[in-house]
Amino acid sequence: MTESSLAAPRRITAKARPSDRIFKFLSTGSATLILVILAGVALFLIVKAAPAIAADWTKGDLAGGTTAHHTSFLSYTAPLIWGTLWSSIIALIMGAPVAIGIALFISHYAPRRFAGILAYLVDLLAAVPSIIFGLWGIFTIRPFLLPFQHWLNAHAGWFPLFGGQASQSGSTMFAAGVVLAVMILPIITSITREIFLQTPRLHEEAALALGATKWETVRLAVFPYARSGMLSAILLGLGRALGETMAVAMILSPSLVFSLRLFTDNQNSQTIAANIALNFPESNELQREALIGTGLALFVISLVVNFAARFIIGRTGRSSGGKKAKSLPPTNPSTILALDDAESPLEALHPHASSAHPEGVKPSQPEGPRS
Amino acid sequence: MSATAIPNAPAPQRQIDNALTSGQLPRFFEVWALIGSLVVSGVLFAVVGFSVVGWIVVAAIVYLLIVGVISSIVENRRKAVDRLVRGVVVIMFLLALAPLLSTLIDVIARGAGDAFDPNFAFKVGGSHFDPVSLKVTTTIGAWQSVVGTLIITGIATVISVPIGILTAIYLVEYGRPNSTMNRAVTFLVDVMTGIPSIVAGLFAFSLFTLIIGPKAFSGFSAAIALCVLMIPIVVRSSEEMLKLVPLDLREASYALGVTKFVTITRIVLPTAISGLITGVMIAIARVIGETAPIFIAASFTNNFNADPFRNAMSTLPVMAYTGYKFPSTDVAGSVASAWGAALLLVILVVILNLIARIVARVFAPKGLR
Repeated sequence: MTESSLAAPRRITAKARPSDRIFKFLSTGSATLILVILAGVALFLIVKAAPAIAADWTKGDLAGGTTAHHTSFLSYTAPLIWGTLWSSIIALIMGAPVAIGIALFISHYAPRRFAGILAYLVDLLAAVPSIIFGLWGIFTIRPFLLPFQHWLNAHAGWFPLFGGQASQSGSTMFAAGVVLAVMILPIITSITREIFLQTPRLHEEAALALGATKWETVRLAVFPYARSGMLSAILLGLGRALGETMAVAMILSPSLVFSLRLFTDNQNSQTIAANIALNFPESNELQREALIGTGLALFVISLVVNFAARFIIGRTGRSSGGKKAKSLPPTNPSTILALDDAESPLEALHPHASSAHPEGVKPSQPEGPRS
Repeated sequence: MSATAIPNAPAPQRQIDNALTSGQLPRFFEVWALIGSLVVSGVLFAVVGFSVVGWIVVAAIVYLLIVGVISSIVENRRKAVDRLVRGVVVIMFLLALAPLLSTLIDVIARGAGDAFDPNFAFKVGGSHFDPVSLKVTTTIGAWQSVVGTLIITGIATVISVPIGILTAIYLVEYGRPNSTMNRAVTFLVDVMTGIPSIVAGLFAFSLFTLIIGPKAFSGFSAAIALCVLMIPIVVRSSEEMLKLVPLDLREASYALGVTKFVTITRIVLPTAISGLITGVMIAIARVIGETAPIFIAASFTNNFNADPFRNAMSTLPVMAYTGYKFPSTDVAGSVASAWGAALLLVILVVILNLIARIVARVFAPKGLR
């Protein structure tokens, strides 16, 4: 080695080959295509919905059929938006605590050896097609919940949610909410489970060393660490519930009203997705465009919810996770592992073969949107 | 030391046998409490008339009561709360298994009669109007839906998998981790996973009505809708799998002077192939059960149609939906074939998941085990 070559190292560049360039172009193109597709979804919905939003709803195609008695696009969509939010909130109230409890069971209570299998069982729920939940809801859940609904309706009918003429068929908002709750279980469980597992070992061991019981450890160490992760998991579950179509369309007997009632037959609010599925086949051109308009509203709502969820997780990834990781000097290998995990909570969204699950929770998990 | 040493000490209320286990419940207390509550609940329901669900629900409540009360008397409040939470968490887990079992039992019990009949799975069904005798004959069969499902899902797979894997390659191999483009793509893929499936169907419908004109229902349109749902799943899983490939392998390849293209196709992809295939299989299993987008984009029909570019196409999930929602004159038969279609669908999903697991085992790279 001469001195000159050390002083000014020649920059070595590989010869660019056509195959390289083509491949780079292809993969960059695919990535760009994602942006195009998403923009395309928004664009085509807007273009297609515009005529119905601008149209005069009191005459012409929109005055009859399923869009009759609505004076404008807003008066048609508003009850639907309400119904969508209401059914999802009911599903969340019933589903989220159970989902978090299951996540806690799998991550902290179940025997380590079986944790992987148990997690897989819950994830199987996500693999069941929504149409099957719909059929199940109609033939099993409706009759199953009916006595309970009648009892509450008779004894607590003064409470606005439980009042009204009790349903005889069971096609109620409550039944739809129960099925929705089952459908959002796996997504909330899998995310919170991964985040619970990322709790720094030392935090938990410190709590245990102070004599805390298991529950106190969870309350003092696990929950504070996982709070934002739990919140965004719940938001993602909400996003899933908002877009759920078939189960609601099949179970609910709806009407386009603002209604809080859970146990009635024809005073249930309707959701956007179910309304589209029910009315699409028998609509005329302009009514279909109105339905696409409501679909656009659903798209915007679920975008907002998903944005919020990602934002919360993303922020945690930078501030609290990172800060905690730095303030604790790693003292043993297991801690270093835990801290490595803690630095990217986003990974938790996409559980792969994590060290805690030797059984391998495959990249399956309930991420995909379904009808 | 005897108790008489200190005259005004309070007399011990009872003899403590063993200071180490005092104030603690026996080790298998919770098991005994569970058995006890099952018995109590069983006796209760034997009096009023037996029902399995009621028996289990009441047993769960009795169990929580027993554990809470006894533990707070013998031990202390903190331990009682701890035991209660343990009980609640286990009950919640069992609660989640109930719908899984119940749906499976339902689908098998109600669909088995039809779906296991080879005539059902491999024969075109539907109602046929005979203009001569003016009679409507209903044949039971799902072959048109099986074919439709396979064609639509096949097209969606052929389109989504290259796009998804190439995007993942871009994210892992080409884009810098914190570049704007990389962050935007990651973020948008996340957003895309949140698109409601019915919106994907509306998108495909809008796209094709704007291009072709009204009544643009076709299998291909449904496949495009499924692509919107499938691409983000493929990107996500492939990205995770590519990230698992050790950096050492890539660097070793570069050090030998191998170009990037060859490194990716010869080193990275073969190493990750089992994970990639698993991810693709699971993505297919996810979208194969989609109902709403296909219902919107491909409409529904009873006719056999193997041309994805023209006319409505039937699929298993849509057949299950329409069989229930728009039954023919033979309502019971329609509902039965709806369940049959549902069972066929579940069988397809199970097969895909099994393939995914087997592939993961067989193709797992030997060096990475």
